[in-house]
Amino acid sequence: MEFEMLSPALILLIASVLIGLVKGHARTAVILLAPLMTLWAIWQVPDGVQTTVKFLSYYIEPVEGSPLRRLFATVFAIMVFVGGLYAFRIAKWYELAAAFAYAAGAIGVCFAGDLITMFLYWELMAIFSTIVVWCGGTPAARAAGIRYAIMHLLGGVILKVGIEGVVVGTGSIQIQPMLATDFATWMILIGILINAAAPFVSSWLSDAYPESSPTGSVFLSAFTTKTAVLALILLFPGESVLIGLGLFMVMYGIIYALLENDVRRILAYSIVNQVGFMVVAVGIGTEMALNGAAAHAFAHIVYKALLFMSAGVVIYRTGKNKCIELGGLFRTMPITCVCGIIGALAISSFPLTSGFTTKSMISQAAVDMNLMWVYMGLTAASAGVFLHAGIKFPWFVFFQKDSGLRPKDAPWNMSVAMIIFASICILLGVFPELLYGLLPYPVNYQPYSIGKVLFYLQLLLFSGLAFFVLLPMMKRTMTISLDTDWLWRRAAYSLLQIVERALGTISAMLSIQKKRIQNLLQAMAVRYLGQPHTADSKERSIFARSWTVGTTALWIAGLLSAYVLLYYL
Amino acid sequence: MDLLAHLPALQVIVPMLSAPLIVLLQPRGLAWAGATAVALLSFAIAVSLTLAVLDGQTIEYAMGGWPAPYGIALSVDAFSALMLLVVTGASTAALLAAKPSIDKQIELGRQPLFYSAWLLVLSGLVGIVVAADAFNIFVFMEISSLASYILIAGGPDRRALPAVFKYLIMGTIGATFYLIGVGLIYMMTGTLNLADMEARIGDVVEINPVLVAAGFITIGLALKAAVFPLHVWVPNAYTHAPHMVTVFLAACATKVSLYVLIRFDYMVFQSKLVDHDMQFAMFAMPLAILGILVASAVAMFEGHLKRLLASSSVAQIGYILLGASLVSVIGLSASATHLFNHALAKGGLFLAVACLAYQYKDLRLDQLGGASTRMPWTCAAFVVCGLSLIGVPGTAGFISKWLLINAALQSGPWGWGLVAIILISSLMAVVYIWRIVEALYFNDPVEDDVLTSSEAPLQLLLITGLVAILNIYFGIFPQVPLELANSAAALLMEGAK
Repeated sequence: MEFEMLSPALILLIASVLIGLVKGHARTAVILLAPLMTLWAIWQVPDGVQTTVKFLSYYIEPVEGSPLRRLFATVFAIMVFVGGLYAFRIAKWYELAAAFAYAAGAIGVCFAGDLITMFLYWELMAIFSTIVVWCGGTPAARAAGIRYAIMHLLGGVILKVGIEGVVVGTGSIQIQPMLATDFATWMILIGILINAAAPFVSSWLSDAYPESSPTGSVFLSAFTTKTAVLALILLFPGESVLIGLGLFMVMYGIIYALLENDVRRILAYSIVNQVGFMVVAVGIGTEMALNGAAAHAFAHIVYKALLFMSAGVVIYRTGKNKCIELGGLFRTMPITCVCGIIGALAISSFPLTSGFTTKSMISQAAVDMNLMWVYMGLTAASAGVFLHAGIKFPWFVFFQKDSGLRPKDAPWNMSVAMIIFASICILLGVFPELLYGLLPYPVNYQPYSIGKVLFYLQLLLFSGLAFFVLLPMMKRTMTISLDTDWLWRRAAYSLLQIVERALGTISAMLSIQKKRIQNLLQAMAVRYLGQPHTADSKERSIFARSWTVGTTALWIAGLLSAYVLLYYL
Repeated sequence: MDLLAHLPALQVIVPMLSAPLIVLLQPRGLAWAGATAVALLSFAIAVSLTLAVLDGQTIEYAMGGWPAPYGIALSVDAFSALMLLVVTGASTAALLAAKPSIDKQIELGRQPLFYSAWLLVLSGLVGIVVAADAFNIFVFMEISSLASYILIAGGPDRRALPAVFKYLIMGTIGATFYLIGVGLIYMMTGTLNLADMEARIGDVVEINPVLVAAGFITIGLALKAAVFPLHVWVPNAYTHAPHMVTVFLAACATKVSLYVLIRFDYMVFQSKLVDHDMQFAMFAMPLAILGILVASAVAMFEGHLKRLLASSSVAQIGYILLGASLVSVIGLSASATHLFNHALAKGGLFLAVACLAYQYKDLRLDQLGGASTRMPWTCAAFVVCGLSLIGVPGTAGFISKWLLINAALQSGPWGWGLVAIILISSLMAVVYIWRIVEALYFNDPVEDDVLTSSEAPLQLLLITGLVAILNIYFGIFPQVPLELANSAAALLMEGAK
């Protein structure tokens, strides 16, 4: 087998096994070297299909290179390296092994040249990301992990049906642009969107990520949603449904992040929000927009991981994760604080950060296509992002009142990891050409025009002003108690009330019915199927029981007659 | 002398003649060693037969030099080769791993008899597979059945006795039905040789006896194959049998009957009865679907590990029958592949159960807490085989589920419905495998003894791990079973014309 035939993902897969087998310094070496080797291997993959292998009756293409695929694979590999550096001293070995296998799945998807290979790696990601969630180690993490697993298994099943439908319908397993026109393509789209945390199923993300360990959430934040974005770029560019869905995600993320108190849950909602930007861009589908989606995914992985890292350090050092319990940590955690602020500025697309140079491409693409309402939506959302992630996160964690906590700053490895990512954020903000050169299409875009910079600065300053004007009110609420964060909802309160009232009537009606149906189903299940943990001595329920010979004889007679009668039908 | 030409005969005769010899090997451990050696030899024969078949040959053998319609004929084609691999492979893997478990469950004095019965089952099952005439299939079926009653009842669990009695009654009904059907066919065609029967049945004028024969043969074999709703002997028999016997029988015993059912129907009846494909589909498909759904649902609620897996076996038989009932090349090929893959997955699962049983007396799920700490390797192997049973990509189970969905999609307007059923049942499989994983990994241990690693004996563990690895291997490199299954399907469909 030639070297070029192998996917770079295999390096991480092997590393994941090695992490389990070796100990001590050797393990550290594996954790740090394997991602770098992967990164090297990624840049050895030339453009085009590298190899075809016969699998079942198809010719699958495990490795196909293209600038877009390499871009995503690169940022994933960097993510594994920095994440490994961040995590290797405190994370359990099995968490790291699972995270590496999970990342291998993500990189495998990047290079998958056909739908079947993509699906194989897709499921690899689903399985190992579930394990990463479980490594949170708490009962809440376990429950969230189960919900997470169910959602992703369902997504996998839907995707599989779609892929098989397309394969049977068109006879081709190629990954090529398509539109959601028939049942099979819709299934593929829905399967991918579930991973992208699209509307109505997005709760798996905000449910599971905050329950994982501080190190686990860093890995989780990077891969699943962004591989979904890549898959969307490859399969559904210009699918107009995505514009609406993306805008919904953008707004959903902002509203829920503003209402939230748990630090990492704020960040989780803001993933939904940021992925929404990318989904909108894929929906617009022009070269500019796809460039924007890819560039933004790259930048987003870096600054979101940076934010999760700084949140992770805080949780690791203080054991607390509620905004209300934190505050004033800048005194003793300067590095974490500065890095967190850089991440926060980047996510709010402050000029001179990576967020500015990438996200503005998406807005520009909307303008170019004369999609004014999309542009307005995205702009309003940018202000909202600054409000919830740009200011709220650093302000409540590192400043506001003095919580009295005096934790030590991050351990050296975590500091180094954060500094690397913070530098990337700044670097891509100051020298955007570095990233633009890697994008799939030629970039003809100048982010730093005076008008644009001024516009963004005004936007950010005004939303910053709004935050601090509202601040006294927020401060009062915090003195009440941990759980009565009801004043936080003032802004959205009236709106929510109307919706709630309408939903309340429906759900009340449903819940009466639901109770009855539940009882009925339960009674039937007990009667026909049995209850968990039936003791051997008890009589089993109807289908689980061993019927008497007479009953079986009756069945035999019945079936024999049926068989003969069927012939004459 | 060309040995290859005699392999079909040796395949049956080696285990059959060694069976009485094993009884003589009284000294400690020798009986096991002898039986294992014989099993390995059978496996080697099966492999070399498979290699020959992969070259495109169909190997015919006339016992004693008497030509086919008069003498006893044996034949090995792609379908039988696949089946031979499953049967001899399951028996070999089970025997290689068996010693510690059998030593624990069966007292030393009776062991030679036990192993001798084992070899009789083996020779009966391979006999069914290679036999080319209907009556010899019956004879071998009786040999394997009678011997397997002994195996199942041979353990320390006294509840196996009523279970085996029920199995005996039903097995006998099944065999009798089969014999009645064969008798009717013989009456109409004057031959017992399957190939001859296929040739002569075209001349039969009177349809009704053939139809009734088809009914008797199908029902009789369905009973032996544990097709829902004729499956009721399975859960008890599998649950109370000695663990290693469960490994062996669950991996291949019911499948051999299904093999005969499919072969008989496609080779003999499809070509004669008008619209028989419709009739077969309408008869088998509802049973398959019901079996898949009901048995999976029962497994979801079952509390005993072995019984749960036995229920799941009934559902998996449903998958195999579903593929066959589509009456298409791809459907049959999915069936045959699933035959192979399910043997791998279920064999691996029951091997892991045997490992668990080495440390846990009570195999109810709520008693298995903390097993992952005590027996990490066993539990890991269990999870891998469980994933394969569910059909997760990268494992053998994925291949056959993929083919089955593909076949369903190509089967016409009902295809989407079938796909939905396959997917729903896959999710049900997730649930019941999950319940086991939850018990192994997340439940607290029942007794508060110190949790140290106390794995099953190495011999047992190694084979379990090997089977788990094979589940992954055949998920990534499925060529061999797939090629056999494809040519088997093509062969069967040709016979149906």
